Amino acid sequence: MARREYRLVFKNIDVRGYTRDIACYQKHGGYEILKKGLAMGGAAIRDEVKKSQLRGRGGAGFPTGTKWSFIDPAKTTKPIYLICNADESEPGTFKDRQIIHKDPHQLVEGMILSCFANGVKLAYLYIRCEFTEGWKIMEKALDEARAAGFLGKNILKTGYDLEIYVHRGAGAYICGEETGLIESLEGKRAYPRIKPPYFPAVLGLYMCPTIVNNVETLCNVKHIVEMGGEAYAKIGRPNNTGTRLLCVSGDVVRPGYYEFPVGELTLGQLINDVCGGIRNGNRLKAVIPGGSSAKVLKAGEVYKIKEKGLDGKMSDKEVGLEDLRLDFDTLAAAGSMAGSGGVIVMDHTRDMVECLANISAFYAHESCGQCTPCREGVLWLKKILGRIAEGHGREDDPALLKEVADRIAGRTICAFGEAAAWPVQSFIAKFKAEFSARIARNGSASRHDTISLLH
Amino acid sequence: MSTALEVGTENCAGPETGEITPALEKQATELIARYPVSARSAVMPLLHLWQETFGYIGPRGVEWIAKKLSLQEIQVLELVTFYPWFRQRPYGKFHFRVCRTLPCALGGAGKTFAALQKLMGLKPGAHEGAMVSADGRFSLEYSECLASCGTAPVVLCNDNFHEKVDEKKATELVGGCS
Ligand SMILES: Cc1cc2nc3c(=O)[nH]c(=O)nc-3n(C[C@H](O)[C@H](O)[C@H](O)COP(=O)(O)O)c2cc1C
Ligand code: SF4
Ligand code: FES
Repeated sequence: MARREYRLVFKNIDVRGYTRDIACYQKHGGYEILKKGLAMGGAAIRDEVKKSQLRGRGGAGFPTGTKWSFIDPAKTTKPIYLICNADESEPGTFKDRQIIHKDPHQLVEGMILSCFANGVKLAYLYIRCEFTEGWKIMEKALDEARAAGFLGKNILKTGYDLEIYVHRGAGAYICGEETGLIESLEGKRAYPRIKPPYFPAVLGLYMCPTIVNNVETLCNVKHIVEMGGEAYAKIGRPNNTGTRLLCVSGDVVRPGYYEFPVGELTLGQLINDVCGGIRNGNRLKAVIPGGSSAKVLKAGEVYKIKEKGLDGKMSDKEVGLEDLRLDFDTLAAAGSMAGSGGVIVMDHTRDMVECLANISAFYAHESCGQCTPCREGVLWLKKILGRIAEGHGREDDPALLKEVADRIAGRTICAFGEAAAWPVQSFIAKFKAEFSARIARNGSASRHDTISLLH
Repeated sequence: MSTALEVGTENCAGPETGEITPALEKQATELIARYPVSARSAVMPLLHLWQETFGYIGPRGVEWIAKKLSLQEIQVLELVTFYPWFRQRPYGKFHFRVCRTLPCALGGAGKTFAALQKLMGLKPGAHEGAMVSADGRFSLEYSECLASCGTAPVVLCNDNFHEKVDEKKATELVGGCS
């Protein structure tokens, strides 16, 4: 049974005849919400965002209203900056690309509203440089908005000035981490900053208060201003409000991007109803639910989850993998995370050793190299996994992998350390037999399809 | 102020010896103006500009950018060596990047890469990064997730993005390079 999507952020995406120029956007009500927002005033917008309980869509799920409340535009003497994180590089995630390519003005309007709400006069859109076309699209959209008087000096005669510029990355995943991103925008290597301060809101770009938000988060701000925070909070579930863009890749019949109220779908419904089930008539083996940094979930697993009932009481529930709700709290309770919304599905023919070797090769390539546990440890993980996959594994390699991963997580400057350790810890814990079996049948025979997964 | 940029087209072949035109100077000035607080922020945009104009970033580019922004040359060079997109030597006229991360790998990126390698007659070289054909026509390297995992495997050829590139489509892509 196919399920109907709830398209809010994706309302105009792939709609026949919809184009990305400003004329089409305005024909569909574009920039009307900006007028509404400018009339409401910044404090009122901030209030609505708080009421909406919107949580950041970039990975950590931190409440946007709370993040914004760290800065009081009325009391700050330094300039306040806003940066849109359009680095989208978490493997499995491809939602921001759709917005940038197909509805760029929605993002521009969301950015202007968010800047206005927080007293920002200069903002940057940090876009990964691999989005070669997306970059040009955003430059054009900003030019169009400027020409129409939505950007620049004295916007719509309100006396508010704002400039937004695009800044391109240069192929490094770590630029997605917000303090690495800021360093990169300052013209340096993208070395994440030591915490505290925990938020760039305290010390961000040029050591001034800075808000960093994901593309999808900023688009949601527009819809919150449109419908009001309370109405927005009615979509989805308590503490998991609004809609979520879900990106499904891997072994399903219909991979793609979908939008649903947060938590409306279970993992099983997403895979079977929305994506048409596992392809080639195969069976489900494993799912990574929130981008490649999230811990893997194994088919057949049952999780003990505390759930708040309608009467407000907490109760323990046993929930199977396919019945897990796709929201922030449920996936965290199941020991993984909703992360960036990238759901990677693996069927029963997949070799877990190879899948993990692939993931670890990615992290080894992308470590910024600042902290020793990450720089050295992640490389070890890749090398050990490589040797197992190539048929030279040693008996105690699974234990060694776990030990190395355990020594990375929690001992690094940024959350990349966890992102690299979690896949290893979870794959080894859940598929240990597969690793041991691979090592037991060492030798040339074990290298059958690694070509597609290694390098 | 208009910020329209004419460049932005991948040009991987070099040579870096071309003329520094007034148009290029003008674009650099426009880019620097985007960072009223700190000109140093313009290092990456200028590196992109240089690479797109001259194909790669050699000592001449590093020097030009450092001078423009009143930086030490090392402050420019350390970015060239940190960010994988920047290169210090020419690649082929047609530069292919094949996504290798998990979703694309599950979709057969390894086969696509092998097919492209064969079609271009490339052997793994001594250098890190891309393999370049002897005649300078083609180059090939792996890339990390290109944010289109639902249409795996994906390939970037210069500026052009291609989805679901199986071995057949890879053959067509290489055949279409002229
Ligand atoms: C290693 C690493 C990579 C990240 N990559 C991205 C990314 O590509 N895009 C993104 O929006 N956030 C990314 N984040 C999260 C950001 O640090 C930051 O939390 C986010 O942009 C905040 O926006 P939000 O509150 O709207 O979610 C990453 C975090 C880490 C630790
Ligand atoms: S954890 Fe890794 S990526 Fe993060 S700062 Fe340390 S070395 Fe860099
Ligand atoms: S894994 Fe290839 S585009 Fe994401």
